[in-house]
Amino acid sequence: MTEALYTQLLDLACGAFLLAAVVVLWLRELTVVVRVLAVQGVALAAIPLLIGWYEDEAALLGISAGLALLRGGLLPYLLNRALTGPRDSEHRETRPLVNVAASLLTAALLTLLAYAVTRPLVALEATPATRALPVGFAVVLIGFFVLVTRRRAPSQVVGFLLLDNGITAIAFLAASGVPVIVELGVSFDVLLAVLVLHILTTRMRAAFGGTDLDELRELHD
Amino acid sequence: MSALGYAAIAAQAGAVVVGAPLLTGWMRQVRARLEGRAGAGTAQPWRDLRKLLRKEPITAAGTGPAFRVAPALLVASTLVVAALIPLVSTATPISGHADAILVVGLLALGTVTLALAGLDTGTAFGGMGSSREMTISALVEPTILLAVFALSIPAGSTNLAAIISGAAEDPARLASPAGLLATAALAVAVLAETGRIPVDNPSTHLELTMVHEAMVLEYAGPDLALVELGAQMRLTVLLGLQASLFVPWGIATAGDSWGSLLLALAVLAVKVAALGALLAAAEVFWAKLRLFRVPELLAGSFLLALLAVTASYFLGTGGGIL
Repeated sequence: MTEALYTQLLDLACGAFLLAAVVVLWLRELTVVVRVLAVQGVALAAIPLLIGWYEDEAALLGISAGLALLRGGLLPYLLNRALTGPRDSEHRETRPLVNVAASLLTAALLTLLAYAVTRPLVALEATPATRALPVGFAVVLIGFFVLVTRRRAPSQVVGFLLLDNGITAIAFLAASGVPVIVELGVSFDVLLAVLVLHILTTRMRAAFGGTDLDELRELHD
Repeated sequence: MSALGYAAIAAQAGAVVVGAPLLTGWMRQVRARLEGRAGAGTAQPWRDLRKLLRKEPITAAGTGPAFRVAPALLVASTLVVAALIPLVSTATPISGHADAILVVGLLALGTVTLALAGLDTGTAFGGMGSSREMTISALVEPTILLAVFALSIPAGSTNLAAIISGAAEDPARLASPAGLLATAALAVAVLAETGRIPVDNPSTHLELTMVHEAMVLEYAGPDLALVELGAQMRLTVLLGLQASLFVPWGIATAGDSWGSLLLALAVLAVKVAALGALLAAAEVFWAKLRLFRVPELLAGSFLLALLAVTASYFLGTGGGIL
């Protein structure tokens, strides 16, 4: 693969990765959001695939395949299962704490912030991968934002996954990935967290009839 | 070169004036066929215009100069844009002035004139339409500017001719994240600017939702013909601009012959007709957005344009201002 083609494809993967995070903020329908999250997982898996192909590292290709399975397949599948509730209103993020237009503009500011804070990092070594580093930071910040402003438990899981996707992307872009054992541990952790949140969501729905986290503010007997 | 350049300007302006009603008719025809109707034919908007132009000029009582000047000013400003932007050739005598900011300004001039005319009538609908149109256009103009700016960073100039000829030489620019994001942002902005379906429905006069139709409700006769022609020309110009920016092949450049000018004209017609058919087909499947959801759509397209600018500034490697 030539350097120009590598840069082009890497930029394209990072663009799709960031765009998916923005679309998550834009949409209300949670089933569609989960589908977008699967697309983001595939875009994330494309990053180590391209880096591994360009730098001839077979381990990265394996990690890429695992990531595609986990983030593009398993986690969205689990989230989708958590959404099979009876009530229609449960499937929409009807009242986020910040409205959609304002959160899109906030995402714009967060992206600019990410570019601003990563400038010294990019200046250290300006390879195509490090130049795309701000994308990872932007997705981390957008993930935090989703975690803070959404009310439904499933959309909080989405925020958590965005955050983790961003961290993984930063690891690949900055250092061509972490050792395989660490990667495995992190992926297992994420899987467990989603499973636990899945159970929590189901229990919440059984106990309160909804997944609105605002109703969990007070303690009762 | 000079004769060819002037011929190109005349061809662009003439094609937009003659083609705009045909494009509208074509889009209505595509829509009608997809909905299972026979349709009125591609030339129907021209027949409507002829009918309106033959009528007696009449203006509503109590209206002032703003109401009277608006139709002519709308058509004139759009005609200047049509002559200015590189639709057929990038090497016209005035292509050096085809600055993106100037083009957006000229389009905004048409919008503002029409909004003032709507206010001038003093009716409830006119004022309501004007206020809505201003709300939408205040959100649309920055998006168009940012999207064109994202494309101008690799070219190193906001001149549209320079952007388009640069993109024709280096197609990789268009497939970059910045190019794709700018395409999407500009597409949404064009929909909003021309009052197409997710933002405004051009084919109804429903009181609660109309935007453009509310502003021009008091016009009749030749004035209405000019307003309709102006709106159709804006759609044609904006679709043409989008086609030139993102599918820049076939446009004549400096040193080309008369044959390539004719070819460019035919290619432009095909590109705009294809875009129009795509838009009409999409409109069959879309519902109009609630007015209060429109700012969300426009904020989203603004964000896409901003991401395009940041991507082309930070990820960009080749040339430009980096």
